[in-house]
Amino acid sequence: MIASDISPLASRLSSGAHTRAVTDPFHGDLLEVSMGPHHPSTHGVFRMQVTLDGETIVKLKPVFGYLHRNHEKLGESTSYLGSMPYTDRLDYLNSMTNNWAYALAVEQLAGQPVPERAEYLRVILAELTRLLNHTCLAGFLLQDCGCSGTPLMYAFREREKILDLFEALSGSRMMCNFQRFGGCRTDASPEWLAAAKQLTDGYGAFLDEYERLITGNEILMARTQGVGALKPDLAISAGITGPMLRATGVDYDLRKVDGYGFYPRFEFRVPLGDHGDTYDRYMIRVLEMRESIKIIQQAFATLPAGPVMDPKAKLRGFRPKPGEAYGRIEGPRGEIGFYLVSDGTPNPYRYRVRPPSFVNLTLLEDLCLGHTVADAVIILGSIDIVLGEVDR
Amino acid sequence: MSDFATSLPAGISEVDRTELRRQGILLTSLEEFYNWGRSNSVWPLQFGLACCAIEMIATSMARYDIARFGSEVFRPSPRQADLLIVSGTVTKKMAPQVVRLWNQMPEPKYCIAMGACAISGGPFKQGYNVLKGIDRFIPVDIYIPGCPPRPEALLHGLMALQEKIRGQKLTGPAAPRHLQPDATCDYSIPEFGAHDLEPTKNPTVFQPPVIVRKE
Repeated sequence: MIASDISPLASRLSSGAHTRAVTDPFHGDLLEVSMGPHHPSTHGVFRMQVTLDGETIVKLKPVFGYLHRNHEKLGESTSYLGSMPYTDRLDYLNSMTNNWAYALAVEQLAGQPVPERAEYLRVILAELTRLLNHTCLAGFLLQDCGCSGTPLMYAFREREKILDLFEALSGSRMMCNFQRFGGCRTDASPEWLAAAKQLTDGYGAFLDEYERLITGNEILMARTQGVGALKPDLAISAGITGPMLRATGVDYDLRKVDGYGFYPRFEFRVPLGDHGDTYDRYMIRVLEMRESIKIIQQAFATLPAGPVMDPKAKLRGFRPKPGEAYGRIEGPRGEIGFYLVSDGTPNPYRYRVRPPSFVNLTLLEDLCLGHTVADAVIILGSIDIVLGEVDR
Repeated sequence: MSDFATSLPAGISEVDRTELRRQGILLTSLEEFYNWGRSNSVWPLQFGLACCAIEMIATSMARYDIARFGSEVFRPSPRQADLLIVSGTVTKKMAPQVVRLWNQMPEPKYCIAMGACAISGGPFKQGYNVLKGIDRFIPVDIYIPGCPPRPEALLHGLMALQEKIRGQKLTGPAAPRHLQPDATCDYSIPEFGAHDLEPTKNPTVFQPPVIVRKE
């Protein structure tokens, strides 16, 4: 139905009249192309079944499930703590925020308080994760635009620095498995804090450098401005969250709305876009990174001493009372939430993930119609999906 | 160097060769030269499956720099690739496409199973949709354990593969697959069936050792 607004061809497609009258010699039949699951720019094993009129997309059918790893079903047969490493592998770029969302859900379920220092550490780690994710996104987006190599190299150079911090703290680069119900697994040493502070202080300079290279680039603007524009009302009705929603100008950030963790204690702004196009989605992320730096710096300035784990927290034989809970945080890609139903046994009765990139991906067809194949690749890149989270 | 020495003509020892090299004469055999060239230009397929793919990308970036080993040319097309890095969980929906990609790669080709999932299903082994190891359908040359393996581990796996290529013979029964005239490079592609992959494994490829417990 949206197709007919953009392209008159789509109505022809829906009516089943695939053959065209031979009045226009320059038009051929519609062409169906299957992009993926092995495609260099589909960000994993994702498939777009595209119907093309020449180079223009008149129909797009996303095909998921190539990385369906039974995350939720495994969660039902695993203990509460045993699911924590699985959440790392959900959105494998941002394991720290996944951990936090899951820990939040279980803490709500069990009524478990969290010490102050742990909450601060969580904020610091979540914002570092946001820096990591948005930096990588900017690199991958530029890669999708055809600028292969340099921007991604710059992005991964910074990513490695953040991963070094994660490794020093949790012992693992990517799969941190760091949060526990009632705090964090280990405390950050003064050396770690100094290193993290040094990185955060220098991150603004990297962003300046990166933006000098990229943001004002004429080719990037030509490729992304006006491409894949999203209307705010459509975004709200589709349940879009995160930077993609804020790029359309809707002021909705769970850090402000829910005020989970200690976010109300920190001063930061929520950047909003104007057009909701691909360029806005890129810019929102760059601006969010600058706000994240501010949050981390405030957290370092006011980091209290104390334990990082509630001494009464139960690790073994953890059986929350029967009930249900939904914990959600503002992940780098949007609202990541975990819905848990407990029946009093060591395993959850129901374990459900609300993945942001899956919900954001549902609007892919609406964004891509009327654009070319090359634009669809950029639009997909700007939605920022991770297939581990989409397919679970 | 021991592999090289065996491929030299009889009567020339490694000591002689070193002496000749000192005089500016490089002595080699066709086999050694051929394998030296192949082992230092292994082009991987640009094919990411899951978490391990991110570490694979990190390996190709500036810090770990896979270009030092001649493998920085990630080819998007299987027709141009020598090496399939199965980087992540292979689900039953994805397994037919992986085998198809492997079939489309021209010989000589090699396969690295990167990470626990590609080796055995890893943490997701209990899942109903996860293939318990890509070696059920594809002959795997190198297994890299880890979840995910660090970039250094991938580099180590690549070096082990290079070592393997350098040790291959040009003739005889020990010659690799691509030099044997009757060897197949076409592996049967499983179907995504109603309950499981059909067939669930390729018996010509997957021959796990039978462990007999001693009384």
